[in-house]
Amino acid sequence: MKRLIPLWIAAIAGFTVIASNFIPPAMGMSDLVTEMFSVLAAVAYVLGAASIAKVHLSKLSARRPGWGYSIVTLFCFTATLVVGLLKVAVPPGPRSPDLAFSGSYSEPGGALWWIYEYAISPITATLFALLAFYVASAAFRAFRAKNLEAALLLGTAFIILLGRTAAGGYLTGWFPEEISGLRLENFSIYIMQVFNTAGNRAIIIGIALGVAATSLRILLGIDRSYLGSGD
Amino acid sequence: MSTERTTHLARNALTTGRSWTARAAPLRRWRGAAVASAALTLAVSAIAAPPLPPQDVRVFDVPLDAGGAIGVKWTVPVDAPAGSIATFVIRRSMTDAERSSNRLDQRKTAYETELARLTAEGVAPESAKTQATMFAQQKVPTPAEGAAQEPGWIDVSEVPASAVAGSDGVALVKGLDPEQSFQFLVVSRGPDGSGAASAPTAQVRGAPGLFMGKRSFLLGWIIFICGAVIAYILLARSGRPMKIRRIAALEAVDEAVGRATEMGRPVLFIPGIQDMDNVQTIAGITVLARVAKTVAEYDATIEVPTARSLAMQAAREAVQASYMQAGRSESFNPDAISYITDEQFGFVAYVGGRMVREKPAACFYMGCFYAESLILAETGNSIGAIQIAGTAESSQLPFFVAACDYTLIGEEFFAASAYLSGEPDQIGSIKGQDIGKALAIAVVIVASVCLAVAAVVEASGSGIAIGIAAESVVAFLRMALTS
Repeated sequence: MKRLIPLWIAAIAGFTVIASNFIPPAMGMSDLVTEMFSVLAAVAYVLGAASIAKVHLSKLSARRPGWGYSIVTLFCFTATLVVGLLKVAVPPGPRSPDLAFSGSYSEPGGALWWIYEYAISPITATLFALLAFYVASAAFRAFRAKNLEAALLLGTAFIILLGRTAAGGYLTGWFPEEISGLRLENFSIYIMQVFNTAGNRAIIIGIALGVAATSLRILLGIDRSYLGSGD
Repeated sequence: MSTERTTHLARNALTTGRSWTARAAPLRRWRGAAVASAALTLAVSAIAAPPLPPQDVRVFDVPLDAGGAIGVKWTVPVDAPAGSIATFVIRRSMTDAERSSNRLDQRKTAYETELARLTAEGVAPESAKTQATMFAQQKVPTPAEGAAQEPGWIDVSEVPASAVAGSDGVALVKGLDPEQSFQFLVVSRGPDGSGAASAPTAQVRGAPGLFMGKRSFLLGWIIFICGAVIAYILLARSGRPMKIRRIAALEAVDEAVGRATEMGRPVLFIPGIQDMDNVQTIAGITVLARVAKTVAEYDATIEVPTARSLAMQAAREAVQASYMQAGRSESFNPDAISYITDEQFGFVAYVGGRMVREKPAACFYMGCFYAESLILAETGNSIGAIQIAGTAESSQLPFFVAACDYTLIGEEFFAASAYLSGEPDQIGSIKGQDIGKALAIAVVIVASVCLAVAAVVEASGSGIAIGIAAESVVAFLRMALTS
């Protein structure tokens, strides 16, 4: 029963969403299913918070390596939660003072906004900026011409890179109009629009079919492993 | 000869269809000038005549839709002089929200105009703002509650008079809110911009049909592909052997888990950063169930950091069941499957740090990933972990291919769970996908050939019928694929 009921819920919700694409009176049902998921996800946040607290408190009490970071995590977690729930320093909303606390929790000027703007956002941007270095190291490894395929990949990447920078124009800008298609900036566009698009579309068609088959397996209850049944 | 005389003769000739030159031979030399003058006079009279309003405007509901479309029909005025109507403009009444928005726009314009005037006159800024506000409120007042309001009209469609065949015009108005009622009217607009509006229709509302007719082709595709999948599942159940190609990345799962066991290090599994409403997360968790079973059998440890609390709960259920199946339920540690944060780079910071500190021997990335894909995979590469990735995000595939040992590309990722289970039912569903793929290949080939034929015909100028047929096939396929 523990697995049968979720299976039925998944099947009914899935087929309802599919039906709502074709049967106008069922469109409202699709919205209802989406709202129910949002409610469920919101409730699951409590479980998530409990998981964070349990993992870090146990690490702290056992003095496992890195327990100092757990203190920072728990402090930040609690502080952000309190600041957000109590709407600390949130400017008065348009319905104040008739309706106290009517300003949005994320209103500019509020403490939560301040945390996001001056702590989370810069840290996020810093981490995102690291991507440039990771791209360089991955490209260095991927573009080593170990065999024919790798050499082709290297050559193509070289053309694209040059074609998208000023160097492409300087190197091949003098090509006569009759063979302007071979200018690096034009050739790189051709590669992206023809070869790259063709390969990408083939992958996307495969993904679409894979999604259809996976959905069908789940809706028909053939694949139940995500429910914990294991078979 | 006077202009009136010339015009009279010209009109007479045009209406009777006979040449007036025989009867008026002395006037022959004036013939050209007279005809031109007559035509000009007629044109001027047509232009000068105001267009007559359309008659008998009626509306009809468009069947087989979601209620968002209404058809409008009208009769072209019988007595309208030729050329007096250039276009027919279809208008609908505004909704309350549109009226309110329109009123605010008008008030804002009035405020800004008045403020500019007062400022130019040298009125102090604060006083000018107050006066401009009062002026705008007086000019565009808020209607009293319950008072009847002018409907207000929006142009929703325009039909050239030349496109109206016969005496009746018709236009479809789409994108309407089926919860709202609307009135419609049609305006005859002359070449000079003058217009005459018909009487508005009664309030009407689009009624949703029982089926979205325009999605018939999509339904057909779904039935065909799902039918093929189900047919192959039934064939597999009946005992027909199903053979699918070897997927190297999935063959390497045992090797990766075995390596982690030998090294005494954990296995790291990340089911993407999206929630359970994303099919990639579900596919990732189904793969997790298989990997966790192998981990339990090898008595290794697995860690599953998640970016969504619902995904954490589902992952716990799946891993626990796998441990039970392997007969090692006592080894299951729920805290190994933990929620970190929804924040994309917060999650990356945690996982990256953990990878560097604990150095897992095997890393699995199975689910929906965005910019974090390369950061995670490169970190895993730097610690020497064996890495297997799978995602349906085509933009992230190159990063995984570059940084991981094995990558499940697109459909392979969705086939992974079925492949690892080895059950005939699930293998059959993978075979069913091939029918869909064969259909896609056939459509691509037919469309390419038809486009090539049409291009050749256009260039050569011969075989027009074949060219038209080829273009018709392409148009049909385009409609069938985009409806």
